[in-house]
Amino acid sequence: MRNVTLILDDGSRFSGKSFGYEKPVAGEVVFNTAMTGYPESLTDPSYAGQLMTLTYPLVGNYGVPPFTVGPNGLAVLMESERIHAEAIIVSDYSEEYSHWNAKESLADWLKREQVPGITGIDTRELTKVLREHGVMMGKIVFDDDPDNQPEARYEGINYVDKVSCKEVIRYNEGADKKKVVLVDCGVKTNIIRCLLKRGVEVIRVPWNYDFTGMEYDGLFISNGPGDPDTCDEAVQNIRKAMALSDKPIFGICMGNQLLSKAGGATIYKLKYGHRSHNQPVRMVGTERCFITSQNHGYAVDNNTLGNDWEPLFINMNDGSNEGIRHKFKPWFSAQFHPEAASGPTDTEFLFDEFVKLL
Amino acid sequence: MKDEIKKVLLLGSGALKIGEAGEFDYSGSQALKALKEEGIETILINPNIATVQTSEGVADRIYFLPVTPYFVEKVIEKERPDGVLLSFGGQTALNCGVALYKAGVFEKYNTCVLGTPVQAIMDTEDRELFVKKLDEIDVKTIKSEAVETIEDARRAAKELGYPVIIRAAYALGGLGSGFCDNEEELNVLAEKAFSFSPQVLVEKSLKGWKEVEYEVVRDRYDNCITVCNMENFDPLGIHTGESIVIAPSQTLTNAEYHKLRELAIRIIRHIGIVGECNVQYAFDPESEDYRVIEVNARLSRSSALASKATGYPLAFVAAKLGLGYGLFDLKNSVTKTTSAFFEPALDYVVCKIPRWDLGKFHGVDRELGSSMKSVGEVMAIGRTFEEAIQKGLRMIGQGMHGFVENKELVIADVDKALREPTDKRIFVISKAMRAGYTVDQIHELTKIDKWFLQKLQNIMNTSKELHEWGNNHKQMADMPVDLLRKAKVQGFTDFQIARAIGFDGDMEEGSLYVRTHRKQAGILPVVKQIDTLAAEYPAQTNYLYLTYSGVANDVKYQGDHKSIVVLGSGAYRIGSSVEFDWCGVQALQTIRKEGYRSVMINYNPETVSTDYDMCDRLYFDELTFERVMDILELENPHGVIVSTGGQIPNNLALRLDGQGVNILGTSAKSIDNAEDRDKFSAMLDRIGVDQPEWSALTSMEDINAFIDKVGFPVLVRPSYVLSGAAMNVCSNQEELERFLKLAANVSKKHPVVVSQFIEHAKEVEMDAVAQNGEIVAYAISEHIEYAGVHSGDATIQFPPQKLYVETVRRIKRISRQIAKELNISGPFNIQYLAKDNDIKVIECNLRASRSFPFVSKVLKINFIELATKVMLGLPVEKPNKNLFELDYVGIKASQFSFNRLQKADPVLGVDMASTGEVGCIGSDTSCAVLKAMLSVGYRIPEKGVLLSTGNAKQKADTLNAARMLQKKGYKLYATGGSSKFLTENGVENTRVYWPSEEGQPQALDMLHKKEIDMVVNIPKNLTAGELDNGYKIRRAAIDLNIPLITNARLASAFINAFCTMTIDDIAIKSWEEYK
Repeated sequence: MRNVTLILDDGSRFSGKSFGYEKPVAGEVVFNTAMTGYPESLTDPSYAGQLMTLTYPLVGNYGVPPFTVGPNGLAVLMESERIHAEAIIVSDYSEEYSHWNAKESLADWLKREQVPGITGIDTRELTKVLREHGVMMGKIVFDDDPDNQPEARYEGINYVDKVSCKEVIRYNEGADKKKVVLVDCGVKTNIIRCLLKRGVEVIRVPWNYDFTGMEYDGLFISNGPGDPDTCDEAVQNIRKAMALSDKPIFGICMGNQLLSKAGGATIYKLKYGHRSHNQPVRMVGTERCFITSQNHGYAVDNNTLGNDWEPLFINMNDGSNEGIRHKFKPWFSAQFHPEAASGPTDTEFLFDEFVKLL
Repeated sequence: MKDEIKKVLLLGSGALKIGEAGEFDYSGSQALKALKEEGIETILINPNIATVQTSEGVADRIYFLPVTPYFVEKVIEKERPDGVLLSFGGQTALNCGVALYKAGVFEKYNTCVLGTPVQAIMDTEDRELFVKKLDEIDVKTIKSEAVETIEDARRAAKELGYPVIIRAAYALGGLGSGFCDNEEELNVLAEKAFSFSPQVLVEKSLKGWKEVEYEVVRDRYDNCITVCNMENFDPLGIHTGESIVIAPSQTLTNAEYHKLRELAIRIIRHIGIVGECNVQYAFDPESEDYRVIEVNARLSRSSALASKATGYPLAFVAAKLGLGYGLFDLKNSVTKTTSAFFEPALDYVVCKIPRWDLGKFHGVDRELGSSMKSVGEVMAIGRTFEEAIQKGLRMIGQGMHGFVENKELVIADVDKALREPTDKRIFVISKAMRAGYTVDQIHELTKIDKWFLQKLQNIMNTSKELHEWGNNHKQMADMPVDLLRKAKVQGFTDFQIARAIGFDGDMEEGSLYVRTHRKQAGILPVVKQIDTLAAEYPAQTNYLYLTYSGVANDVKYQGDHKSIVVLGSGAYRIGSSVEFDWCGVQALQTIRKEGYRSVMINYNPETVSTDYDMCDRLYFDELTFERVMDILELENPHGVIVSTGGQIPNNLALRLDGQGVNILGTSAKSIDNAEDRDKFSAMLDRIGVDQPEWSALTSMEDINAFIDKVGFPVLVRPSYVLSGAAMNVCSNQEELERFLKLAANVSKKHPVVVSQFIEHAKEVEMDAVAQNGEIVAYAISEHIEYAGVHSGDATIQFPPQKLYVETVRRIKRISRQIAKELNISGPFNIQYLAKDNDIKVIECNLRASRSFPFVSKVLKINFIELATKVMLGLPVEKPNKNLFELDYVGIKASQFSFNRLQKADPVLGVDMASTGEVGCIGSDTSCAVLKAMLSVGYRIPEKGVLLSTGNAKQKADTLNAARMLQKKGYKLYATGGSSKFLTENGVENTRVYWPSEEGQPQALDMLHKKEIDMVVNIPKNLTAGELDNGYKIRRAAIDLNIPLITNARLASAFINAFCTMTIDDIAIKSWEEYK
């Protein structure tokens, strides 16, 4: 294995070894403390442009399942059609894997999709640096090829545009079925699966598509990578939809932020981002608490919610917003990932509630 | 609800036994802490006097009484608690609670059961109810049938198809359970299972499936979390207490992990747990199919492990939830700021390895299966699997250095040893890998997941690389840094590396040689925190471990020499258990009180000392010389305490001293002078103190010559043990030769220590604390049994009731002489033999002994607090209290776990066999004996007693007891000689026949027919026939759960106690009430 160095923008350096595709790479370095689910995370479009650090040290144990695509054109076990992260950074890559459903090793998959992977990194120390500094740019450089320095920019790039579908796609079409327009900001497959499982037709539209003229029963706004400020077009479309009708709206992650913005709220950067499978949230005004999967560094400012809006979920660790709802209309969203994949499945019921409203 | 609860009763788990050990001291202590924080008055019933939970200040009132329905009801009647906690004292407390609930006792006294309702407990304990309950929510369980007759068991097994598993319902730790491949095996096992429980379960075996466990918490608002999941290294078929366990699971995908998590939450909600429970699954290695094995509706060994593995205090939280709190009301006690409603994220891997002591037992079945035999466990933390498992294999403390570089195991049939797991299984894998077995081959034979085997193969590969390098190089300086670093990352010690590269000479030097070079190469371990959230938020945690997978320490070192490091006691094992944890915790508390920072190094997940709020810094790591030095070099403490953790730290003293470490208290040189047999002996001669004659001998001729001088019997202690117990008393030439031939190898290299054995001598213990060679406080106690029973198995009386004043005076004088000669500053223990007024020293330990908590609590003087102050160099005053002025008596009795150890001979000897102990206080000896014996599981017989009372002297010793039994109306049965002796002395009895004799009635039949409900069997000697006959009777008594006593003096004491007083005469008094 070739020696590599991860160099962060603040000058910190971490030495490791390459086990994935051998190419220098740059991007925003982020982390997640999840202990399972590397195939799901790697294919999550929200990681576009990012170097994904896993704090759980042992990675690759169960290999990678076959990349099967179902009859509806959706990946069966992955969260999109390919790896979106720019690279994966781990502490102890497991060269040998063991699982009945594995088809290849993580290393082979990374190589196939030309994504670098590095191991031997003190990912706990790296995470502490990222936690205190906030996520920052970094690059992976091969020690035997030091002049080959990759360059990249994260800020200001519209990653949503990069990962969103380019045209309208319909799933589970049927005249008698309820129709949900899904604004694809980089949607995870499991969100679509969760909707389809509940018998609705999903109309997946590009992030900036003006769907307001379409025939539909409910609107869903997906998760996605990058800065919500680059998605103003989507916000405008949501505002338009809200003005035109009271049809139910449900948003997840970036969807929560876009819905909030459409409702007039502002977004701020969290001191410590939420990047784990163990984020506790409480449903406001109840004693119901849930463990959720999260991956975000920005939050909706509760104080800026308009009069007609209220927080729906609150993070139990830091009190930040985890979802909003309209006081009178069937509009709500969650900052966390009710579709899980990867992560705990406690809040999948939100899909039931959304479909019930249609 | 929490506002109405002012007074709560907590049931403890009693003596440590196989299947129910120190973990319940930890959970009970945590629960009591949680209640205390709420200002609730706490009452504790637990006869285990060596625990931390039974220390002053933990509960408001403590009853050293048996945890049985009778006594618990008495305490409830007296104390009238508002609430009771049943789930913190293991199966003992749970069973007792269910019985009291069914008898309407809680209702009668208006005591409310806090936490999980009793109905929910019963739903999980009764197999049929359990299956029905889970069927209601479409959760799959293992197909099983509850049967009440052996015929039904046979039919059920036939229907399910062999192999099947047999379990006794309501039994702890898989007692009376096992696998049967055919009807013959079923007949044997089923009978045994029926002796423990009227209901026996027959179920289909899923051998080879993965075993996965989840620890689940629920509050009364229906909020649920899974705190930890764990995966067994060994596939299904080996009791989880016997398995190597890894946390978190390693081979489950996200979908599998969350499928089982979701099921666990669905189950806990449906059953209605309030607090904590664990769910065990069998998981198909070839699909996502699963079965729920069982649900434990209480804190368990696994929950203690999960608490230590994650930093999430399950017992503390469960207690709060029992009071009615919601999870959202509570804070994460590691971060102090985030919520207790969360699931810890680990950024390390944890490996639990059981500790067995099967070598201590004659004839025991070494094969592992569905019932538990291990006596303790260790937990190792690392950032690679290789690091964690190698640490763990060292921690179990049986001379292993890790997965590789151990002494070669001699195994005749490796395939068989892989197929049929024993306590040595992992080392058999190592041997097989060394011999060239592939991962696939080993997987075929063991069914262990290939992922684990591949990781072990990595260790083997590195070992081979090191060997290879060693064959071609001489200087460490030439070793590639990458190879050295890889070895350290994979958990190799400096010792292992030195051995692998073929270092020639003293291995202690070899380790130092590697260490020096390694440090020069800049390869150093780093200290990481266990913070419950994998560094996502900042956390001020003092819970630490060391790893080589890292570049930076998580903590900053102040270097102010204001910390004091206490070395813990390691895995619980026969001979070293919760009593040393108590000592360690007392030392930590004293250190804090005196204004120093306390630091603990220990790795036993069952302990209170490894609870991170017991000290200022906890290193959950190895107690090897290398690791202790690593920590001391970082910590730079004022000093180190090696005398409160038993033998492990004691053995390190000299080497640490050699590195210039400041050992507090008695000097390392003095410790060595007491430990080294020759030096100690010479010292005793010098100061004119007598000792039994002994000699280290290397040939049969020398042994015979020595015995000619001192005469039989002799105590024989081989230095190299082939099989069976390490020590034995031999009373004639035949026995001596048989023992040496069977058990030992006498040679120049392996000398045998032979000592004169004095019969019918009393054994007396001196536990004391000295300062600069002068005794500050002391406690003298006497054994009920004559010398010959290991002091850890003996029944001990304190204060002594039957010692001559002159004996006491002499013992005090000799102790003073020894303390002065060794210039002791700290705790120490001396064992004496006393015959008439002739006093001999058996041994002396310059550390706290097993009996320190017992004497401290009976005398109500904390010996460890005193000793710690002495070691800190503080002035102490001699306590002004005399043990001879006490108006009460303490009895320490031993708990045996022979019922777990199939085929082991349940006889006591010079090697220790007990797994735990209790200490009870009474107004006189009889009262204390009765309480203590009932506490360790003896029952007062109701019908018949079988007597086979050994040799003439022993027969005479028990005659009086036999008369008392007869007077009380018991029917007496006796074997040949005993029957004749009793008849001659006018004691009516029925003769029963030995298994080797013709004639009716047969003793064994009478046991099986339950005509006999107590057995006194005193082995005469070691002759083959006697061993066989006696063995069969003893073993049958154990297997049929009939109380057995094998010592004449103890039998007399117990019989005397229950014949002179009844259970109703026992005063229900708390510890505080004995003044």
